[in-house]
Amino acid sequence: MSTRRVPSLLSGYYFALIALLYLPIGILFLFSLNANTSLSFPLRGLTLDWYRKLLESEAVLRAARNSLVVAAGSSFAATLLGTMVALLAIRYQFRSKNLLIALAVLPLIVPFIVLGVALLLLFSTLHIERSLWTVGIAHTVVALPYTLLIVVSRLAGFDVNLEEAAMDLGANYPTTLRRIVLPIIAPAMVSAWLTAFTVSFDEFALALFLAGTEPTFPVYLFSQLRFANRLPIMIALAVLLMIGTLTLVVIAERVRRAE
Amino acid sequence: MLDRRSTFWILYLPPLLWLGAFFLAPLGLMAAFSFRADMRGDLLQIWTPTLAQYASVWATGSYVRLLGISALVALAVAVSATALAYPIAYFLAFRAGKRAGLYLVLLLVPFWTSYLLRVMAWKIMLGSEGVLNSFLLYLQLIDNPLTALLYNRNAVMLTLVYVWIPFAALPILAALQRIDLALFEAAADLGATPFRRFWRVTFPLSLPGVLAAFFMVFIPTVGEYVTPLLVGGSRGSLYGNIIQDFFTKAANWPLGSALSMIMLVGTLALVAVAVRLVDLRKLIE
Repeated sequence: MSTRRVPSLLSGYYFALIALLYLPIGILFLFSLNANTSLSFPLRGLTLDWYRKLLESEAVLRAARNSLVVAAGSSFAATLLGTMVALLAIRYQFRSKNLLIALAVLPLIVPFIVLGVALLLLFSTLHIERSLWTVGIAHTVVALPYTLLIVVSRLAGFDVNLEEAAMDLGANYPTTLRRIVLPIIAPAMVSAWLTAFTVSFDEFALALFLAGTEPTFPVYLFSQLRFANRLPIMIALAVLLMIGTLTLVVIAERVRRAE
Repeated sequence: MLDRRSTFWILYLPPLLWLGAFFLAPLGLMAAFSFRADMRGDLLQIWTPTLAQYASVWATGSYVRLLGISALVALAVAVSATALAYPIAYFLAFRAGKRAGLYLVLLLVPFWTSYLLRVMAWKIMLGSEGVLNSFLLYLQLIDNPLTALLYNRNAVMLTLVYVWIPFAALPILAALQRIDLALFEAAADLGATPFRRFWRVTFPLSLPGVLAAFFMVFIPTVGEYVTPLLVGGSRGSLYGNIIQDFFTKAANWPLGSALSMIMLVGTLALVAVAVRLVDLRKLIE
């Protein structure tokens, strides 16, 4: 008796929690279609006006573009650096190995506000203007642990004999890396890149300190939150971005599964 | 093997230089800055180290108190998120059957949507003209909108728990999936009731995942300053907010650096303890 009741209780809990998780998001979606600017009930009728206004608002689109650029660049750099550390971790023996790995994973456990103000200090001291570059640099640092862990788990899973066979057949090490190792870890690198991309794209706590006159989307969104009449446009854009991010995540998952 | 050696340096130097320049150097600079007396003069000038900032943090009771409150908030949020996520992970691991993959994606979708907007959504939920108040007014359970729902620490905690539940489920799920199912049969064969089996077999074996979930929520929550800005109001601010103030509005970077250093050292100490408790390498597998 009790064994039969537990599963239904558990699935009931799961679906109740899922409903709770989706409720606020669903309400946001609803307000992106609401004809009234005020974010309160009752709704005043449905409209696609906010989506139309969004396409006319240059500043919003510019911020979204900035985020895309920063995310694409920082995730590329993070994947490259993460792969390098992963190769060192799995294929090389050297004295400072554990130290290097610890250093690369450490950004995961430093609170973002601490890293944010520390980088602000560094850039100010060196008289480096804050810009999309400074945001991108910070995102590369915080995305590196993710890319490292994703590529390491793939590298750990494949046979070192493949490399040795290639070397026995006369390939030098860079060629072996390019022709044997890279193709094998390519899916993991794509998955790492997409993960780093989503980490950067939605990141706000660091970007608030490091963005200059050109805001990323979350920074711009934050600056607009106090203007009630701008909110529905922002929500409309966020809904579009949400769909975009989801597509990316689904692709990342597919790629990872395909390995 | 010479080319393998030169490849080593090509692989070794870029990440080392990058992390040295943009991770270690800024943290080191911040540490140095926390021993500076004031903001006067060029940022690069040499200064005589002083403990004045730490002394003033210690002397200002409200900073220490806020640090304590933030640690308690993070503790409460991490415990709640982990406890609420456990049954979800259990369901996905043992009861969801063939649909487990789909159910997992369903759980993670909210986590992949804009953080700021998920927090905003709670503002819309809890505001005086928000969803909850409209609903209660409609049911005529209340006559005037409740204003106590938003702009306090409870709203911050509620929002954070909401944000972290899907994330906390992941390490617990990973730990549960690693349990050898033969152990359940053995327990049943030996006459254990389902409850006893859970308490004596499943739960202890899932503890590494539970601890990982706890710390994965606790650490970012200690440093949280964004959620209090949006739903916390003046009564709901956390330790991260005073750091942010000293680096923006108040422009007292040495004091802000000292406050950051205290948070950094505290977090690292805690993680050192966590690493002793959980073998983190097991979670990477």
